[in-house]
Amino acid sequence: MTINTASLTLKEGGNPIQVRQLRKAFGQLSVLHNLDLDVPAGQFVAIVGRSGCGKSTLLRLLAGLDHASDGELNSGTQSLQSLREDTRLMFQDDRLLPWKRVIDNVGLGLKGSWRSEALQALEEVGLADKADNWPAQLSGGQRQRVALARALIHKPRLLLLDEPLGALDALTRLEMQQLLERIWQEHRFTVVLVTHDVPEAVQLSDRVIVLEEGRIGLDLEVSLARPRQPASAESAAYSGQVLAAVLGESTLTPAVAASPSQAEPTESRVRLSYAS
Amino acid sequence: MKPVDEVWWHNRIIPLIVPLLLLIVWQLSVSSGWLSTRILPAPTAVAQAGWALVSSGELLYHLGVSFQRAAIGFVIGGGIGLGLGLITGLSRWGEKLIDSSVQMVRNIPHLALIPLVILWFGIDETAKIFLVALGTLFPIYLNTFHGIRNLDAGLVEMSRSYGLSGWALFRDVILPGALPSILVGVRFALGFMWLTLIVAETISASAGIGYLAMDAREFLQTDVVVLTILLYALLGKLADVTVRRLEQSWLRWHPAYVRTTP
Repeated sequence: MTINTASLTLKEGGNPIQVRQLRKAFGQLSVLHNLDLDVPAGQFVAIVGRSGCGKSTLLRLLAGLDHASDGELNSGTQSLQSLREDTRLMFQDDRLLPWKRVIDNVGLGLKGSWRSEALQALEEVGLADKADNWPAQLSGGQRQRVALARALIHKPRLLLLDEPLGALDALTRLEMQQLLERIWQEHRFTVVLVTHDVPEAVQLSDRVIVLEEGRIGLDLEVSLARPRQPASAESAAYSGQVLAAVLGESTLTPAVAASPSQAEPTESRVRLSYAS
Repeated sequence: MKPVDEVWWHNRIIPLIVPLLLLIVWQLSVSSGWLSTRILPAPTAVAQAGWALVSSGELLYHLGVSFQRAAIGFVIGGGIGLGLGLITGLSRWGEKLIDSSVQMVRNIPHLALIPLVILWFGIDETAKIFLVALGTLFPIYLNTFHGIRNLDAGLVEMSRSYGLSGWALFRDVILPGALPSILVGVRFALGFMWLTLIVAETISASAGIGYLAMDAREFLQTDVVVLTILLYALLGKLADVTVRRLEQSWLRWHPAYVRTTP
């Protein structure tokens, strides 16, 4: 993948997030229970957990697409809701408008002369030459990159990613991970990534949070230097630890789980699809 | 890639083989005396009758009258259908208020209203236009409603989260998303348009293709009657081709409507 180094003039830095006693229920079903979470500005946080653990719900609340039953969502002294213009969400599916050309999708909702900026955003994700194509003419990975460009042009200070790489094949996924990491390192916005893929979470994030039935089950700092090697022993140890928490083997203490001998059995269940 | 000549052959010539064959069989069975000219005149006779009507200017006049009725009725009926479909499609409240009533009226075959329409409007232009409007209203209404309701909710949610609302949301997301379905409605409506017009014109008219046919029937001019039937077929085909062109230009983003060689 050839990616141009041209960059948008984004507002530098990100917005912090403070989640206080957040509760969300759908009718009788309670999805999030009094959740507390602090994300400093510019941090890359990954949220993993089983299906139905509430991770997508949390993301939708952060994006303002749903309303909390109780609790507060703040960013510094302001409410997150008042900063919606700074927040952009990338969905699981690309959600490009099929009747708009790629460049018009990127410029969706913008006023004034945005074309050159949209081209820059496309350049940043390596798709400037596809500006006049229809979305139907692009591959799944390219469509997700257009969706990323569409989010970037709004100069987000908080980027929410709802498994945006889930539907991509292993190689495209690896490329997208690198692209995301590079763009994040350039602009330093805050990222909350929801994913099923534990190695992906370890590869990309500063911090992995495991959600378990609407509560935080594990809050793990990933102190690996970047660029990270996806198949390194350290990554695998982290993955093993996260996976153990996801699978509910919480009797393992982190120290034990991190040791190679204990991590090995679980490692086979980790999706290391791109190990060479 | 196939050579251009072969593609051209596939697209243009093969669909013509069966109609041409039928035409030849028709001509042969009349000229051999096997088919009475009272029942079906030869294609050449139909062509001659057509030529006579064209050169006297009659054909163009009647065509014009029929076309005008069809167009006015279609614009009125289609416009009302589109408007009602937008109302019920866009608002739950509108759906509750209007939809069941429209569905009830829709289930009355509009041609069954002819006696009533004649009592209301007499037998002049208004009656015909009213019937055409009624025939074209429902297909467009149904498909507009259906197109809006079947819109991908994810796209609407995404557009809202990118700040679109009101007119911009309608113009950029809802209308283009519903357009494939609306155009299907237009195609159905055009079919109903000709059907209704034929019936209305054969009942009573002093001009138009239907009048031409009924007039010819009085004088046992089978060739003219056959000609008018062919004219209706031609007009129907023309309407269909027009919508197909519209689809190819308005829905060119849609993989199913991209012009391809079969």
